[in-house]
Amino acid sequence: MNTNTQSLMVDARHVRKSFGSHTVLQDISLEVKRGEVLCLVGPSGSGKSTFLRCINHLEVIDAGRLFVDGQLIGYREHDNKLHELKPQESAAQRRDIGMVFQKFNLFPHMTALENVIEAPIRVKKLSRDAAIIRGRELLDRVGLADKENSYPAHLSGGQQQRVAIARALAMEPKLMLFDEPTSALDPELVGEVLDVMRELATSGMTMIVVTHEMGFAREVADSLAFMDFGVVVERGNPIEVLNNPQQARTQAFLAKVL
Amino acid sequence: MPDHAQQIGQQDSADLSERSDLITAVPLRHPWRMLSAVLLFALVVGFVVDASHRKAYGWATYRQYIFDAGVAKASLVTLQLTFCSMLIAVSLGILLAVMRQSPNPVFRAVAWGHIWVFRGTPVYVQLVFWGLLTTLYPKVMLGIPNVVDIFELPSLTDIPLFWFAVIGLGLNESAYMAEIVRAGLLSVDRGQEEAAKALGMSWSQSMRRIIIPQAMRIIIPPTGNEVISMLKTTSLVIAVPVATELYMRTRELASITFNPIPLLLVASTWYLAYTSVLMIFQHRLEKRFARGHGQARTEVEGLSLSENSGMLS
Ligand SMILES: Nc1ncnc2c1ncn2[C@@H]1O[C@H](COP(=O)(O)OP(=O)(O)OP(=O)(O)O)[C@@H](O)[C@H]1O
Ligand SMILES: [Mg+2]
Repeated sequence: MNTNTQSLMVDARHVRKSFGSHTVLQDISLEVKRGEVLCLVGPSGSGKSTFLRCINHLEVIDAGRLFVDGQLIGYREHDNKLHELKPQESAAQRRDIGMVFQKFNLFPHMTALENVIEAPIRVKKLSRDAAIIRGRELLDRVGLADKENSYPAHLSGGQQQRVAIARALAMEPKLMLFDEPTSALDPELVGEVLDVMRELATSGMTMIVVTHEMGFAREVADSLAFMDFGVVVERGNPIEVLNNPQQARTQAFLAKVL
Repeated sequence: MPDHAQQIGQQDSADLSERSDLITAVPLRHPWRMLSAVLLFALVVGFVVDASHRKAYGWATYRQYIFDAGVAKASLVTLQLTFCSMLIAVSLGILLAVMRQSPNPVFRAVAWGHIWVFRGTPVYVQLVFWGLLTTLYPKVMLGIPNVVDIFELPSLTDIPLFWFAVIGLGLNESAYMAEIVRAGLLSVDRGQEEAAKALGMSWSQSMRRIIIPQAMRIIIPPTGNEVISMLKTTSLVIAVPVATELYMRTRELASITFNPIPLLLVASTWYLAYTSVLMIFQHRLEKRFARGHGQARTEVEGLSLSENSGMLS
């Protein structure tokens, strides 16, 4: 492991991923430093979600290497050969990577607090009392201290997504992945979720955010990457990329979105 | 329409629209419902009156045996058969359904094979085979046949046939329960498993804590149906043969009295009584699970649905 890898939280090298004959990720090389907030934008079907899912090993990559915090994702390298990980080893890797979904995916049969404490109790083997104390802190942090006993169905979309963020944070991840966290929300609820994410970014969390919220990218992100047809077309400072895109494809996309 | 309504409002009392009292509207009338209900009621009364006078039903014999101690005891055997075999069926059904979803191909194949065999052959034939088991396998041992014996099981012939009936019914039913549970598991959104995975939960943790509890709401109504169905299927255990349950007991009495019809009515009455109790039980269970789900709308829907089904059946 070279020194470069040490300072990187995510290091994707020539990652390729196909579903059948359809190659979704052609050749993705992307580096995310510790504490960096990267916004990932691109047209629908360009492979943004698939890339996030690969980082979390919810999808298995076909070629290239993916490192998170210096650790190879999905495989163990031994005698110049790659060995598949056991399910519990994959689970252990996912533990340190938080993920927030477009459709929240809260557990509907559990209250907000139960959603947040479930994984710490089952996976981290935290005591129930300790998990509850920590869970309340997190719900307070996302502004939902008064909603701990509400079921997801009784919460607004924005509140559900904030619970989902708290649930992911409860595992104390070193990296947070957001897949279009505000796309399923009514416009007036987008702000409250972005506020929580902004606060999280300020606290130094490493984040990869797939989003169409260019305002958020401009204001919060440290860098912005534009993806199209399974490759990273352009990457740079968000303000520079958004104001002055270098590539024709980026220009065409931004002309449509902005 | 709104114009029309407004006109009526204005004609009847001009100030009605100004007030926010509770609405007291003239209820809509349903003349056809009334008529059909009256007609049906008349038909039923006619049938009952006619039946009560028919000699062939043998009401005297019916009255003699309806609360017969032997019949009551046999009905308990029926209940025991139902309860024990459903216990096997539900636990095995969950196991099989989970195995079919498992990432392990050996589990998937075993579960598929089990369902294939037990759903693909008649339950009566299966029961005959369970009865013949002690003939087919007088002793069970582990080892290489005719070479080494490692271990020999105690003889199966000591086990009461009742338990062979329970196993036969339970294994057959487990194939159907597996499909019911599988439908329940598939009804849970894929995002749920994904979210559990992303939190670092293992497959079995996500099954036990996330997927199965949500599937229960879908699993319970058809399971209630299966219990009721099993109550009646127990009348087939004569194939094993077990003859102590309700149906065979009334058949025996019929051969003594030379009058089968009243005793068939006795058996039907007992089955119907137990089914009614089971239906109440199922209704309660459905209500409880709708409540536990914690969604206001589903709760109301679930309630009205089960109330409807209660009324219909
Ligand atoms: N499990 C899968 N099996 C087959 N094809 C898939 C699968 N998942 C994704 N794809 C395909 O991969 C392509 C990229 O999908 P992906 O969800 O990564 O795009 P995206 O950039 O996130 O788009 P969007 O903005 O619509 O979310 C799509 O064409 C999609 O149909
Ligand atoms: Mg996507």
